[in-house]
Amino acid sequence: MLSDLNLNLIIATTMVLALILYALFAGADFGGGMWDLLAFGPRARQQREAIADAIGPVWEANHVWLILVIVLLFSAYPPAFAAIMTALHIPITVVLIGVVLRGSAFVFRKYDAQDDATHRRWSTVFSISSLLTPLFLGITLGGLASGVIRVEDGIVTTGFFAGWTTLFAFACGLFAQGLFAFLAATYMTVETEGDLPLQNDFRLRALLSGLSLAPAAALVFGLAWRDAPALFAGSAHWWADWIFGLTSIAAFGALAALWWRRFRLARVAAVCQVTMILSGWALAQYPFLLPPDLSLTNSVAPTVTLRLLVIALAVGTLILLPSLGYLFYIFKRPLTGNQKRLNQHAGVDKIALG
Amino acid sequence: MDDFLFARSQMAMSLAFHIIFAALGIGMPLLMAVSEGLYLRTKEPLYLELSKRWAKGTAILFAVGAVSGTVLSFELGLLWPTFMEHAGAVIGMPFSLEGFAFFTEAIFLGIYLYGWDRISPLAHWISGILVALSGMLSGVFVVTANAWMNTPTGFDLVDGQITNIDPIAAMLNPAALHEVLHMTLAAYVATGFVVAAVHAWFVLKTPTSPFHRRALGIALIVATVSIPLQILSGDHSAKRVAELQPAKFAAMESHYHTEAGAPIILGGIADDAAMRVDYAIEIPYALSFLAHNDPFAPVIGLAEYPRDEWPNTNIVHWAFDIMVGCGMVMLALAAWAGFFWWRQRRLPDQRPYLWALVLAGPLGFIAIEAGWVVTEVGRQPWIIYGIMRTADAVTPMPGLVVPFVTFTLLYILLSVVLVFLLRRQFLETADPGELESIITPKAGKEGQTHVV
Repeated sequence: MLSDLNLNLIIATTMVLALILYALFAGADFGGGMWDLLAFGPRARQQREAIADAIGPVWEANHVWLILVIVLLFSAYPPAFAAIMTALHIPITVVLIGVVLRGSAFVFRKYDAQDDATHRRWSTVFSISSLLTPLFLGITLGGLASGVIRVEDGIVTTGFFAGWTTLFAFACGLFAQGLFAFLAATYMTVETEGDLPLQNDFRLRALLSGLSLAPAAALVFGLAWRDAPALFAGSAHWWADWIFGLTSIAAFGALAALWWRRFRLARVAAVCQVTMILSGWALAQYPFLLPPDLSLTNSVAPTVTLRLLVIALAVGTLILLPSLGYLFYIFKRPLTGNQKRLNQHAGVDKIALG
Repeated sequence: MDDFLFARSQMAMSLAFHIIFAALGIGMPLLMAVSEGLYLRTKEPLYLELSKRWAKGTAILFAVGAVSGTVLSFELGLLWPTFMEHAGAVIGMPFSLEGFAFFTEAIFLGIYLYGWDRISPLAHWISGILVALSGMLSGVFVVTANAWMNTPTGFDLVDGQITNIDPIAAMLNPAALHEVLHMTLAAYVATGFVVAAVHAWFVLKTPTSPFHRRALGIALIVATVSIPLQILSGDHSAKRVAELQPAKFAAMESHYHTEAGAPIILGGIADDAAMRVDYAIEIPYALSFLAHNDPFAPVIGLAEYPRDEWPNTNIVHWAFDIMVGCGMVMLALAAWAGFFWWRQRRLPDQRPYLWALVLAGPLGFIAIEAGWVVTEVGRQPWIIYGIMRTADAVTPMPGLVVPFVTFTLLYILLSVVLVFLLRRQFLETADPGELESIITPKAGKEGQTHVV
């Protein structure tokens, strides 16, 4: 039988993992929406179509990682969930509005594509909400990490604006936007294999957004020193240099791979980069869920709940992983991109999907 | 209005909106899977086209359901942090399972919608069945959590603190079975009748369209089979509520004074101060019989409870009567279909009957909304029945009017757009010539002589 601490750590790790997967998958979908907004040049329309093709089959499954994080948070750490939802009520509400608008606008656009004016209207809603939601996601996480939100006896004492109304939180939001845009553009270079001009468009975007991450990261670090002392203190650990080093290697690797047109390698490097960033943040915050008052140990649910949750996670994973694997196998295997465009030319998709 | 009322209104509005998409997310995949199964069996392209058209509608509805469901999982904490702080560890289990079921549904729906020409027909059909199954399961889990709020079990209350938690016992609480049955069947009833209404409308316009006739047939069968079961499950639910939550039951029936041989009161205006109902129709002994299978059994009245533990009598009573009324109309329509099938071996297609189906289209959803009001308003003033008051669970956040108005406007906008979009979808399919041209050439290729 697993000890309490182990159960606790398994669930906490799963939450971080689910958050990383949300960033890697849904984050890229948000990034896709940003590039939809910023599509320009002679191939703007093709760029948008390629993005919609890439997002279409998978975005709803990608979105569920966020629900998993939330469900685990309120099942395993109820007081932390209550405090976070109270203190960060405002930015989280904005994120939710963004989530609703992005999801609905995407399907509305997809199923209402006959009329160009209407199509553009949904495109705008979809892409603007794709741009703003990550900003507020970043702001929320920045507020969470700041260490400024205080909780006494389960009651938030710092009001509804503490933590997230700082330049640091805003910088986190900008960084999240940049990161998601970078991920999306990098993935798209692989998705558009076989269509050189389009691939070049996304390569350029990936390089630019990848480069923009460096000043954004510097801004986050600089402001953390002032606005998020707890997080800044966390980065003084012995492993911080390692995380920092590995993240930098992955970041430079991704840019170099993009430069030398090794797109699959670039995708791997970008994934590593995002994983390192979020893991680093989680480690810097450990053992706190809402620093400095709520930790993994003082807000954890009773053992029996944790044990059942771990069992549910194990069973769920057994069902989920093969299903997800199948989904991505069908839609993301190498030939798919070409096959899809061929099908579209032949009008097959038109009959199949209207 | 104060912040507490705005919080309740926002929750109610979010649920009222989401429940429609959730019910369709359970019901539509069943229709798609049945139709595709028929295609695999008969090889008639008409059934394939039908499941594709239904899948398109489902895609739009499911997406809105997915995002509005996400909003709800956050709102539990945004609006009721104190509730979640105490209940999270107890009812996290069904929510986690629901998370996985919903995840599975999203994955296989993606495969179903985009995979028509990428996987084998059998694999595609199985994906559809998995969508239907996981959709049903996610509904089951969520309703279990709601049932716990009505009949909380699986913990001990020591000095006002929830301790000694048993999440499995909480999941299998006394209200779970009847609530789950009633809600799941409600999804099939409502979907069946609303889809039948849409296709009945097109059959009225083009009586010979084989496409809409078959579609109507499938939807009507689902509706006709599920509504009698639903009425039975409703009767069972009423008896269980009378036993488990007598105050809620009394409010449902506007029943103030404990008495033997109690009548059922239909409609009327309940006067809490005078503890009587004006302008109502009474059916003698019926309430005792409904609640306890015995016309002379005593039924507990609201007067037995302190005044501040009463739910809003008029709302709960009227919602209950509306729900039952809708159910009875749908039962009558189903009875006629069943009778006709028994005599003639085919489903009825007389014009008055088709008109009645069209008009009855929204009844399933009206019944769902009304039934939800009965469960939730009837649970008040408690958020955890008998344990925690809703007023004690609300967030300290001020200015809740802002998110309430924002989400209300957002959901109204989405509803308008959805109706507009679905109308366009259906108007597209309204052209019989276009449909026949899709169906007939393929049918010819496959050696079919005719498609009727």
